[in-house]
Amino acid sequence: MALPNKPIGELKAVRDPEVVEKEVDILIVGGGMAACGTAFEVKKWLQDGQSVLLVDKAAMERSGAVAQGLSAINTYIGGNSPDDYVRMVRNDLMGIVREDLIFDLGCHVDDSVHLFEEWGLPIWKKSPEGKNLDGKKGLKQGSLKEGAQPVRTGKWQIMINGESYKRIVAEAAKKALGEDNILERVFIVELLLDKNRDNQIAGAIGFSVRENKVFIIKCKTMMVACGGAVNIYQPRSVGEGKGRAWYPVWNSGSTYTLAMKVGAELSMMENRFTPARFKDGYGPVGAWFLLFKAKALNGLGESYAGSDAAKKELEYYAPYGTAAITPTCLRNHLMLFEMKAGRGPIIMDTVTALAELGKTMDKKELKHLESEAWEDFLDMTCGQANLWCATNTEPEKKNSELMPTEPYLLGSHSGCCGLWVSGPDFDWVPESFKIKADNGKVYNRMTTVNGLFTAGDGVGCSGHKFSSGSHAEGRMTAKQMVRYAKDHADYKPELAITKEEAVDIVYKPVRVFLDNYEYTTAADINPNYMKPEGMMYRMMKATHEYGAGTATYYQTTSANLVIVMDLLATMREDCEKLAAGDLHELMRAWEIYHRIWTVESHLRHIQYRKETRYPGFYYQADYPNQDDENWFCFVNSKYDPKTQTWDTFKRDYVQIIPS
Amino acid sequence: MPSYVITEKCDGCKGGDKTACMYICPNDLMVLDPTAMKAYNQEPDQCWECFSCVKICPTQAIEVRGYADFVPLGSSIYPMMGTEDVMWTCKFRNGMIKRFKFPIRTTPEGEANAYADLKGKDLESELLSTEEADGYQMPRPQATV
Repeated sequence: MALPNKPIGELKAVRDPEVVEKEVDILIVGGGMAACGTAFEVKKWLQDGQSVLLVDKAAMERSGAVAQGLSAINTYIGGNSPDDYVRMVRNDLMGIVREDLIFDLGCHVDDSVHLFEEWGLPIWKKSPEGKNLDGKKGLKQGSLKEGAQPVRTGKWQIMINGESYKRIVAEAAKKALGEDNILERVFIVELLLDKNRDNQIAGAIGFSVRENKVFIIKCKTMMVACGGAVNIYQPRSVGEGKGRAWYPVWNSGSTYTLAMKVGAELSMMENRFTPARFKDGYGPVGAWFLLFKAKALNGLGESYAGSDAAKKELEYYAPYGTAAITPTCLRNHLMLFEMKAGRGPIIMDTVTALAELGKTMDKKELKHLESEAWEDFLDMTCGQANLWCATNTEPEKKNSELMPTEPYLLGSHSGCCGLWVSGPDFDWVPESFKIKADNGKVYNRMTTVNGLFTAGDGVGCSGHKFSSGSHAEGRMTAKQMVRYAKDHADYKPELAITKEEAVDIVYKPVRVFLDNYEYTTAADINPNYMKPEGMMYRMMKATHEYGAGTATYYQTTSANLVIVMDLLATMREDCEKLAAGDLHELMRAWEIYHRIWTVESHLRHIQYRKETRYPGFYYQADYPNQDDENWFCFVNSKYDPKTQTWDTFKRDYVQIIPS
Repeated sequence: MPSYVITEKCDGCKGGDKTACMYICPNDLMVLDPTAMKAYNQEPDQCWECFSCVKICPTQAIEVRGYADFVPLGSSIYPMMGTEDVMWTCKFRNGMIKRFKFPIRTTPEGEANAYADLKGKDLESELLSTEEADGYQMPRPQATV
């Protein structure tokens, strides 16, 4: 149910908010692609008497990573096999992935894409003559489900007209779930375990960013899918431009922090993504490389990726580096190799690419090609289009610079950090990948906490899901949560904290502010508290300088990691003194808290893995090579909420799909 | 590239049931000044330039000015939203104008099929509801190690 939006004058936080208590069987935390998948699917399976609630920090119509739109769906299996999908993901992520999760996802993802098309998402088609038709003209070819051919830019990607992608998907989700079962503009900040049952999820607490209300929601089972983590490192643009993050700037690591704090096991948190994109605007490069066949040049005008030196460099990372498609991190590695050798800047040669394509095209086709190039930006990174306009960049006349971004943490794009979850209960899935719940049953995508599920960016060890895969995974989780709630019909969740204690936790930054702000003449400067903005800069500076940020070309060392872990521990202590004067600031306070916990787990994993598994994403200079003998395994970690201590350990990799 | 609100054009959505930009902003940036009855971007350095507020504004009062860090002045891009298409007007710093029209959806708004009547049968299988209805069979790996 959409809440009325009240003006800022009424959004001051008060000491004692209203408390709203709810109890449902199934709680969905998040509103992006994964949560929309869950919302669409869940009622199809809901048993008599079961209830469900979705809570989104923003408005589902434009929340999550697809808020702005997309120009492609990056995972559509089509005529390929899920087996080959596993092989592609495994190679891109340097060998260590959960093949059960990836194969399983590959079996379901197309069903979601077919739904998107039915709901009204325009998908490009190939005409019988082999021409590209946009999603409107292509309607005559029929649907993908009926066998129409999509326009492939790579083996797995298909082109769409995706400006309204999220609006369409959210519309179906909201209709399926019902407005009465949706809370928008409510930010969940902590999860709660059951008072009586060990390691069992029991609820969540949060607040409205529109009204002074704290929510206490009890549930039997829950999915947390709030995206990845953005702006955990100092971005390359530090003024207004820090909003121009490549991934959505509002993704604050909540998925990882919420789950880890109740003891859910994390996996591969050392993995990160530093995508190489058009410099500053962070516009997509996929269509330029794949559809327009553009090449990246170094500062000397050489196509460095095909050089003998590059081939030799890639051989160090065989078999990944020598595979037909170079892994994303190694493509970055080659770029950094040029830059560090003094052969920057790196340039996308759009001029030559368009000239080459133009040789076989008439004027009308060329015009269409130009339109496609602009749509790639306008569908998903509008600001890049404006940057081209502001710099008088016509791609057929002027090339553009490329640059690897600041680090991001995510599990659905070309990265694989996240939570350790159960695979499906099939005979071909290794027992070590099945998590047994308290009743001995296996629930696909359940974390190591009973009843707590995740999807999308939350699931570790299985990247390359993208928008479509995240939606499908949310749907898979929906069914498992219904099953879990049915199997635990007798379970009555009970919280270990009182209503008052919940408010004390959620509204602590407000009370810190109200208790102290009158001491000084300027509300932002006060020795008794810190505003979230200040804490954000403190975190960014520490990770940037010591934690393999852009400051050091993504390099860190054991000694630097000791320093940054110490700085982050102090930050967590100082988070006790975060202060928020209004509801927007209260959201920022909790977001920075979530970011600090998440990036600390990232660095804890980097500290533990004594090798450099992902050159191009980060370098551990004390262990600069891949070490398959000791580190061909998952790195997992677990926070014990009772003892408040961390354990970091190895879990065995198991190959399922032959090479 | 933060969004900005043109004073003269913004009426605070006083005729509507909600302030549109405030309703839609994924990062909770757009707010209404209740005295002036005008909206503004309260935290421009957290703006993702997603254009959600620009696209939803009923009076076309919101536009975007490039990030001060790296975008020269003088350009603009603006979307006109239709029910089936979006029309973009891209104005270069040197005055050149390009216009692009792209489809945005192929069904009327509100008509997405939510399969409200579809009920799954076998809760113990791994099939999704529409897969089950289609008679889909779960694939197995072609070979395992």
